Amino acid sequence: MLSVNLVIIIPFLIAIIIPFINKKLTRVHIGWIVLLVPAGLFIALASYIPSIASGQTFAHTIQWIPTFGVNFTTYLDGLSLIFGLLITGVGALVVHYSIYYLSSKESLNNFYIYLLLFMGAMLGVIFSDNIMVLYVFWELTSISSFLLIAFWYHRKRSREGAQKSLLITVTGGFAMLISFIMLYVITGTLSVREIIGVIPDHTDHVLFIPAMLLLLLAAFTKSAQFPFHIWLPDAMEAPTPVSAYLHSATMVKAGIYLVARFTPVFGGDAIWFWLVTGVGILTMFWGAFNAVKQMDLKALLAYSTISQLGMIMSMFGMGSAALHNGYSTDSVIYTQATFAALFHLVNHSTFKGALFMVVGIVDHEVGTRDIRKLGGLVTLMPATFTMAAIGSFSMAGIPPFNGFLSKEMFFTVALNIMELNIFNLETWGSLIPILGWVASVLTFVYCLIIVFKTFLGPYQEEKLERPAHEAPVGMLTGPGVLSLFVVGIFFFPNILGDYLLRPAMNGIFPEFVEGLGVEIHAWHGFELELFMTIAIVVLGTLLFVTLRYWKGIYNLFPETWTFNTLYNFALHQLEEKSYPVTRFYMTGFLHDYLVYIYLFFVVVIGGTLSYTGAFSFDISDNVPISRYEWIIVMVMMVAAVSILFAKSRLTAIILNGVLGYSIAVLFVLFRAPDLALTQLVIETVTTVLFLVCYYFLPEWKKEDAPRRSKTSNAIISIGVGTVFTTVALAVQNGKLFETISGYFENAYELAGGENIVNAILGDFRAFDTMLEVVVLVIAGIGVYTLIKLKPGKEDKNVEDQ
Amino acid sequence: MTDFLVLTEKILEITVLICLAGISIALILLLYRIIAGPTQADRAIALDAMGIDLMGIAGLMSILLITDKLNDVVLLIGILAFLGTLAIAKYLEKGVIIDRDN
Repeated sequence: MLSVNLVIIIPFLIAIIIPFINKKLTRVHIGWIVLLVPAGLFIALASYIPSIASGQTFAHTIQWIPTFGVNFTTYLDGLSLIFGLLITGVGALVVHYSIYYLSSKESLNNFYIYLLLFMGAMLGVIFSDNIMVLYVFWELTSISSFLLIAFWYHRKRSREGAQKSLLITVTGGFAMLISFIMLYVITGTLSVREIIGVIPDHTDHVLFIPAMLLLLLAAFTKSAQFPFHIWLPDAMEAPTPVSAYLHSATMVKAGIYLVARFTPVFGGDAIWFWLVTGVGILTMFWGAFNAVKQMDLKALLAYSTISQLGMIMSMFGMGSAALHNGYSTDSVIYTQATFAALFHLVNHSTFKGALFMVVGIVDHEVGTRDIRKLGGLVTLMPATFTMAAIGSFSMAGIPPFNGFLSKEMFFTVALNIMELNIFNLETWGSLIPILGWVASVLTFVYCLIIVFKTFLGPYQEEKLERPAHEAPVGMLTGPGVLSLFVVGIFFFPNILGDYLLRPAMNGIFPEFVEGLGVEIHAWHGFELELFMTIAIVVLGTLLFVTLRYWKGIYNLFPETWTFNTLYNFALHQLEEKSYPVTRFYMTGFLHDYLVYIYLFFVVVIGGTLSYTGAFSFDISDNVPISRYEWIIVMVMMVAAVSILFAKSRLTAIILNGVLGYSIAVLFVLFRAPDLALTQLVIETVTTVLFLVCYYFLPEWKKEDAPRRSKTSNAIISIGVGTVFTTVALAVQNGKLFETISGYFENAYELAGGENIVNAILGDFRAFDTMLEVVVLVIAGIGVYTLIKLKPGKEDKNVEDQ
Repeated sequence: MTDFLVLTEKILEITVLICLAGISIALILLLYRIIAGPTQADRAIALDAMGIDLMGIAGLMSILLITDKLNDVVLLIGILAFLGTLAIAKYLEKGVIIDRDN
């Protein structure tokens, strides 16, 4: 059988050769070639279904960075197979749809390369067992979706949407990386399966909760959970096939996959339960609530996606409660929630993919997605209407569509969870079914809006860009196949349940040996769930009919009080405020930078020395200071202080000369004739050079800096001097071993020179001398070029760089 | 004989010390002139004189340390003090040190 590693790599390989194929085959739409990839992979993955259903799993490793334990390990079990089939299956339909949707004038090369990149990355996310590799693919999905959202990069809103989604999802990605590193610290392994195996011993580790929170941040940002959902509606600027693929079926489910995959690691903890369930149910409500007011069909679908993702997320949260007490017959009942979540995950991909494609068809055929301009398309586009109705009613949870089954299961688990006596559920648990039910009512309302406002009512041809007519067959194939699944899953849900969902449950609840999964029944008697659904239909219809009377409540919320405003405000303020902060210290004045450097020196060096107690002086061993040395030092001190108060340049130069010559005398006193010679020559040359330079400088002016700056300069300079002196004295005191100078006393025998200094310079350590010669050469060349090379007239601004 | 030698050595050392003390006083006075000197020419001459004093110090030190290694220093100071004074003089006179070729 085909190795799963190969499944991940193939899309990347094809993405590389797409431009070459496109160049050769100019008459064929490149999408047809691309279509072979997801279709082939779907068939390859589908061939695993029988063995997965019988409980087998497949792992395969290709070594990547074995010394760090980072290996390209794939792991195929029920959970990843579901996602794999969704990605490749919906991927194939989307590619087929895009062939008809995108005209050949678009840059198809880019589109299909990005799409294949995304597909490969997404397959990598779900099949990776190594968390570092998982992270790599995770970021690749963020990047490729960024590229896809901004596919029409000449539009401002596309670029903004892409930027927003990248910022939010990458923030989550970094959180995930930190979480993974923490997991590695806790468990010492990078393999998800091994982490699941050893994590029960480490649940009281100090990093356990931070790792969990960061992982959830990643999952919530990627899956557009409250309050990180704001990027998803803006990502609707992407071409519709991208919206259908990324923002309904695949990428937004990466976060859900992450939660499902890590449920055995973190599940059973109260924080995990409440965060996943609570955020999920809140997202479900908030998305449904906002979807009703949208005027743009794609925005409406975006909010409905947010809502449905929240529903799936909350069910995974509820399912994790089963892990709290380990395996027992009592806790098995709560695993139903996870089963329902997986079921709805598949269902949502089918009907939401179809709905996006339907909206794309409407947009493509009449030129607008605004529901105020649409209406009466039912007779003109009957096939599209049928699919829209199937998708919408499935989403609303009405039989005979698969959404009905998963919504009933949602109510069942939400009612069950109230009876669980852990995690304070007795006080807050009843909120879950109530919020879920209200959200479902709103879901019903916006589903009616999709169908009735678009396809029924008056046909307003004057508002449309093009007169409506039915879409080509090729465009209808994608949503058609998905609609067939929507209906098919309703009638035969247990095929899906037995072959895919049950094996997936084994991955999430590895300790549970039996009783996982339930038989899905369309009819389960007159239970509370059924009455809830009936109430939804009745109340939803009522609300839809009276929509224009109560729509005013949306105006009650101030327009500016949204998370979008908060996001924009934060982004804007970040730029606004960081600019003055930077300007505050990057003043552009050399003086200020020198102050920083010297302050750093005083604070860090001085602080370290006094903190570690390195200041201990012992001058008893020192050679006594002779009178001549005192005199020379006195002269130097007077000269040095006088330079600061010099009235003209020449005075300063002459005083500087005094300093230099005095140093030469000190060298004489300390018996260093070579140094004295060099010092004298250099001092003279320097003085001459100073004189040369000063000829070109303006008159020496008294510095008219404010007194405060002068005082601070004085304080800093005194501080630097003090620190430096104390360091020198402390170093003198800290002699740890003998000097090596005794070795050089054999200069005559070793190097044949009586002058030790010259023997060292020219023989023992001639390498330094050579490089110093090079320094002088470079300085000479530098001076020469500075003087000789003048910028031409056209590049006048060279010096401003 | 040895007494005589010791005595001469003592005399020599005392002489050198007196000379050094005198030169030191001269140095300090010259430094005062450099700082106070009303015109730049005063300062230049003071620096020149200082150079000569330094030659003296170097010579005396070579006597005191009983070494001939410092003789180069004495000669070099002589040359350099001359060159330095010349440079300052030319700067004061013409404002430039190295003339451009015409």
